[in-house]
Amino acid sequence: MKTFLTLLGREVKSYFYSPIAYVVMFFFLIATGFNFYTGVSFLNQGPTEVTVVEAAFNTVLFWFPFLLLFPLITMRTYSDEFRMGTFETMTTAPVSDWQVVLSKFFGALIFYLILWLPSFSYFMAFQMITGKEAAMAAGAYWGSYLMLTLIGMFYIAIGCLTSSLTTEQINAAVMCFVAIFIAFVAGLLGFIMNITEPFFRDLISYFSAVEHMGDFSRGIIDSRPIIWYLSMTVLLLVINFQIFQYRKWKS
Amino acid sequence: MIKVENLTKKYAGFTAIKDLNFEVEKGEIVGFLGPNGAGKSTTMRILTGFMPATSGRATIAGFDIFDQSLEARKRLGYLPESTPLYHDMRVNEYLRYRASLKGVESRKLKERVGDVIELCSLREKERALISTLSKGQKQRVGLADALVHDPDLLILDEPTIGLDPNQIRSVRELIKNLANKRTVLISTHILPEVELMCSRVVVIHKGQIRASDTAENLLKNHRAVGSLRIDAKNTGEDAREALGRIPGVKDVTEEKDGEYSIFNMRTDANADPSDDVMRLAMERQWGVRELMRRRTTLEDVFVDLTHSDS
Repeated sequence: MKTFLTLLGREVKSYFYSPIAYVVMFFFLIATGFNFYTGVSFLNQGPTEVTVVEAAFNTVLFWFPFLLLFPLITMRTYSDEFRMGTFETMTTAPVSDWQVVLSKFFGALIFYLILWLPSFSYFMAFQMITGKEAAMAAGAYWGSYLMLTLIGMFYIAIGCLTSSLTTEQINAAVMCFVAIFIAFVAGLLGFIMNITEPFFRDLISYFSAVEHMGDFSRGIIDSRPIIWYLSMTVLLLVINFQIFQYRKWKS
Repeated sequence: MIKVENLTKKYAGFTAIKDLNFEVEKGEIVGFLGPNGAGKSTTMRILTGFMPATSGRATIAGFDIFDQSLEARKRLGYLPESTPLYHDMRVNEYLRYRASLKGVESRKLKERVGDVIELCSLREKERALISTLSKGQKQRVGLADALVHDPDLLILDEPTIGLDPNQIRSVRELIKNLANKRTVLISTHILPEVELMCSRVVVIHKGQIRASDTAENLLKNHRAVGSLRIDAKNTGEDAREALGRIPGVKDVTEEKDGEYSIFNMRTDANADPSDDVMRLAMERQWGVRELMRRRTTLEDVFVDLTHSDS
């Protein structure tokens, strides 16, 4: 456990050593702030059933920077170690391969969650200024941030996996973005192709990030998406572990 | 401390090491010699658990490097060839991280890191970013990392490559000082270094062991070709052929230095035709400036053992 925490500490800190982290944080703050502002402006146009929290997490302006975030967070995780050769010093220290894989994953996840911290202040500011509730119930906050974490875990696992495939960060970033984009768009197929067949609609909604986020940000917490994201994350980490071992064998 | 049995590593298409067998006893400093691509780094990478062997086995301090990899890795300090380091960390921070990773207890962390910083003369640079260090300083950080958990066995892959002569000397002194209580396996192709540091030499070529002995015995027992050199003027046209006819002389090359000719002769093992050469020179009244018999060096042994057709 101590070894894992040492590895994890290094992973989290390494984000703050590099300027990329600050650039990502800066632009992510601007993007989410702008998204929040336009969401509130939209609600100002007239009476609506949508709450501020819902509006904040269900717009194009939310999803676009959101999808771009993951390649930037995860591209360095493995590829940099391969390129610098530190992969060798790391794996010849008495650490197990699972400890490495999990520390990379949780390191990225922690950084991702740190990025979301400032967003709490948007809702608090809204409530303080307007004196109105930003959500119908506390469940909407729980649901929104739970779904952010779950989708984050899934996409970070994709990013770690793609980073473990290459020695070039930029390749990792491109592969990660394409994979996440496909996973995301697959959930919109019902909408894009106007599918009316109930079976396919249900099937697609099972892995549609947009629908999950819509439900959870209204406070409707369903166990099926939770199981979907957790099992996908575990599956990807297992594949990630296999690739990591394969790279050791082949090197 | 190290026991290697029938170790073989095959990559797609070629065999990097083949049926390697050797042992390193506790307290020895063993020099691992071989030309580039001989399989030195491959062997070291297998011993450190970085990659598995295709077949055969190896143990470190009695622990199988594959089945009990973590236990084996706890007991060794490894400096890879290219000295990979995290360039975004500071020296003391990096060493603390590595020490903790290698299981140094928290309460001993500060002391151990302080010790290796002192040992590797990094005191002045302990707060510097690793990216700002010179090549020699980085090498010392790598060495400090290998030492930080006080391992019984050190495996150093070309620790002096790319250093200037002063730095080489200080690294060499450092390794010699470490040797008192540790076992060291060190790969290099700088031969004088081996003679100065190592208690034993293992020569590897094309993935196979060619020799394993002390440097002294290698020199004594090796039936290496000797060499003889005569530097003279007024030698005439057929001097080269005449020298070549002397028994024991294998071949002769000639260079010109103004009016002097320099003949380099390779001679048979354990033969000393210098008398005959001198006699020839006197008969023909050459103006001899120099006649020199060169002793076999470790370099000759090395070249002979690892010559690609041998």
